Amino acid sequence: MNKAEILVIDDEPQIRKLLEITLESNDYKVWQAETGKAGIILAANHPPELILLDIGLPDKSGHEVLKELRTWYNKSIIILSVQNDEADIVSALDNGATDYLTKPFRSAELLARIRLAIRNNQTTNHDSKLICDDLEIDILSRVVTKNKILLKLTATEFNLLVLLAKNEGRVLTHQFILKEIWGIGSQTETQYLRVFVGTLRKKIETNPNQPQHIFTESGIGYRFI
Amino acid sequence: MNLFNTSKLNVKYQYLISLSLVLITAIACFLASSFIDYKIVALIFLMVVSIIAMLFDILPVLAAAVLSSLIWNFLFIPPILTFHITHAEDLLMFLLYFFIALVNAVLTFKIRNEEKKVRDKEEKENTIKLYNTLLNCLSHELRTPISTIIGAVDTLKDNKAKISTSNQDELLNQIDIASIRLNRQVENLLNMSRLETGMLKPNLDWCDTNELIYSVIQKNTNAHKQKIVFEPNENLPLLKFDRGLIEQVLQNLIHNAINYTPSTTTIQISASLQSGNYVLTVSDDGYGIPEAELKLIFDKFYRLPHSKTGGSGLGLSIVKGFIEAHQGTVRAENNKTGGASFIVVFPVDASYLNNLKNE
Repeated sequence: MNKAEILVIDDEPQIRKLLEITLESNDYKVWQAETGKAGIILAANHPPELILLDIGLPDKSGHEVLKELRTWYNKSIIILSVQNDEADIVSALDNGATDYLTKPFRSAELLARIRLAIRNNQTTNHDSKLICDDLEIDILSRVVTKNKILLKLTATEFNLLVLLAKNEGRVLTHQFILKEIWGIGSQTETQYLRVFVGTLRKKIETNPNQPQHIFTESGIGYRFI
Repeated sequence: MNLFNTSKLNVKYQYLISLSLVLITAIACFLASSFIDYKIVALIFLMVVSIIAMLFDILPVLAAAVLSSLIWNFLFIPPILTFHITHAEDLLMFLLYFFIALVNAVLTFKIRNEEKKVRDKEEKENTIKLYNTLLNCLSHELRTPISTIIGAVDTLKDNKAKISTSNQDELLNQIDIASIRLNRQVENLLNMSRLETGMLKPNLDWCDTNELIYSVIQKNTNAHKQKIVFEPNENLPLLKFDRGLIEQVLQNLIHNAINYTPSTTTIQISASLQSGNYVLTVSDDGYGIPEAELKLIFDKFYRLPHSKTGGSGLGLSIVKGFIEAHQGTVRAENNKTGGASFIVVFPVDASYLNNLKNE
């Protein structure tokens, strides 16, 4: 199998060097761009499997680059951001970023996210059956089992679980989930979302207080694993 | 010094109080005029004006001086109940009274101004002192990990062939620890500057507190030998607060408990809802905190005397700032059975949607 190609768009030479070495020693081929403009051109000439995009670029903001890329590029884009910038991350995710990492991040975390994002590129999630560890979700017959034991879920809980499980590994923002499950106009009703995540956890998690499937991303959303 | 606080009173009240003091004195003296000579009355008035001068701004004092001199003339200098003065001696006394009252007011005013200047200077010196503490503390807290990183990297680069693999691993480990410490201090400083600039507005949202507490405990699992105990309160509804800030509050409290107690300590965390307030407690059975320091530890850059190296004295002041941003309070207490407790209390909205069964 050919090496998967990753495009790194970051203006910091040190970060680029670090990513280059880390990724190449893990069998990825790395392309680098210093500016948003160069990154877009490079991506158009050599569409990579995945793009690592720094949100604070000098020439144009990472948000603009993200929007421009998303007009034609449909594989994974992971954004790199500095800490304490929840609003920034949420807006990038809502504009089509696949995932995010905050600097400083651990290499192991970076590699895990990259593996997952590339896997999600390849699998088309139209399977009617989703299996995650002890959970089995049959979308067509609307049946969920945990360790082969049938779980009783309400319609909303089921829809929420399917939405999360279909985007396994990906962080979904509160707004996105609310829009998908409750439709447009309910985006301020985060209370309902919390309550349903709570009841869903009680049913699918072995210990609802220490979830193994639905993880809270503080200030951003939820990630299903 | 308490006396001077009265000068911060609303000017209207200052006028009201000084003029009524003069009137009350006038009435009292008038009722007693059969026992007291009208010349003594002038001295009594002077005393009252002097007291007023100590309490209030210059204008209300001048008003009191003018009013008292007129009253003295009208009610006490014969012929009474007229502004007319017959004796030359009385006229001189009236003018002298007026002059002394004014000088009195102006002098007191000047003294108070000087005192204010001294106080301002003291305040400025304190700010400079705080700034110096900040620089000392910062340079130590940031430079220690930076030196570790630079030193370890140099050793690894220059003596690569000579160092055993286990020592190489150890140096890499030290770089790792130093970077985490550096990152924590930078985060503390960023949080502090968010608080100082008043840019901090809690982003309130519904939170599952049990899950939040577990996630913070989990983050610390590799960092300590102490036992952390948390009994989740299953009856807690969703509560509305800034999850990121409260996470940081709990993280700092747990970090402190881990760093300043012996390894055999049990750290206990509890959370409850008490009449509209969220109450979060982190307590330990360690050494406790000297009573005199219980309040001081929340001050910026304050560290307990003789506390071990590594720490900026910012953690608890950030806790205090973040809780105050939630209109709440935090306090430290010593437990009767030994050890210390940190108690965070702030008002929250609770969700009553919890038993929502279906859509």
